[in-house]
Amino acid sequence: MADSESRLMIQRDGEITVAHFMDRNILDEANIQRIGEELAALVENAPVPKILIDFDNVDHLSSAALGALITVNNKVRQKDGQLRLANIDPQIHEVFKITKLDKLFQIHKNSHEAIKSFK
Amino acid sequence: MGQAPTTARLVLASRLEDVPRAEQAVMDAVSRHGFDQSSCFAIKLAVEEALINAIKHGNGGDESREIVVEINVSDKQACVGVTDEGVGFVPNGVPDPTLDENLEKPNGRGIMLMRAYMNEVTFNEAGNCVTMIKQRR
Repeated sequence: MADSESRLMIQRDGEITVAHFMDRNILDEANIQRIGEELAALVENAPVPKILIDFDNVDHLSSAALGALITVNNKVRQKDGQLRLANIDPQIHEVFKITKLDKLFQIHKNSHEAIKSFK
Repeated sequence: MGQAPTTARLVLASRLEDVPRAEQAVMDAVSRHGFDQSSCFAIKLAVEEALINAIKHGNGGDESREIVVEINVSDKQACVGVTDEGVGFVPNGVPDPTLDENLEKPNGRGIMLMRAYMNEVTFNEAGNCVTMIKQRR
């Protein structure tokens, strides 16, 4: 499920929605806005969202991308849902650590472990 | 003997579409002077944050206002200056985004990332010009 405008590739694994980024660099503001909107739609369309965001293609991101992820996390929590992040490149994981967002997000080494962690 | 320093001065309109061009100019310069992959990651992130801040906050998204990017890269260090036409701000007045009460706020991490990833980040007195230095390892 990826139209030409989409910045995410979406897969379903049972009740879990897995989102992969189409871009290696999540820097561009227009893309970040689009990603935020697409993730928000996933949250809105699920009664109790269970979303895994897979970073397997990503090698750069910016504070604006972190902001979009925080907004999604807040929306997921409002619906008593669960959000997991996985496959984060070590350099990007460092960005999460520096900003202490590794305390806010549940980050897993790979998507297999992340999927197992959903309750 | 090392290469002569690479210097460039770019003048951009306050448009997000122009950010990649400026970033690429910086990345070309640091690659030419042998900065390693980890330093390149750091510099790209810091320059991105500085440019976005200049466009969105400094120039308030007003495309008629310009941004000046000054690049000076040697075999020892990369120095990038970003100046906007805004009224500036007080950098130390930005709340610490790593405090528990600020973790869920989506904004306010750009400057702390610039400081974390560069060796030196200084603002002019007015607060509309940031100069960032990364030493080559």
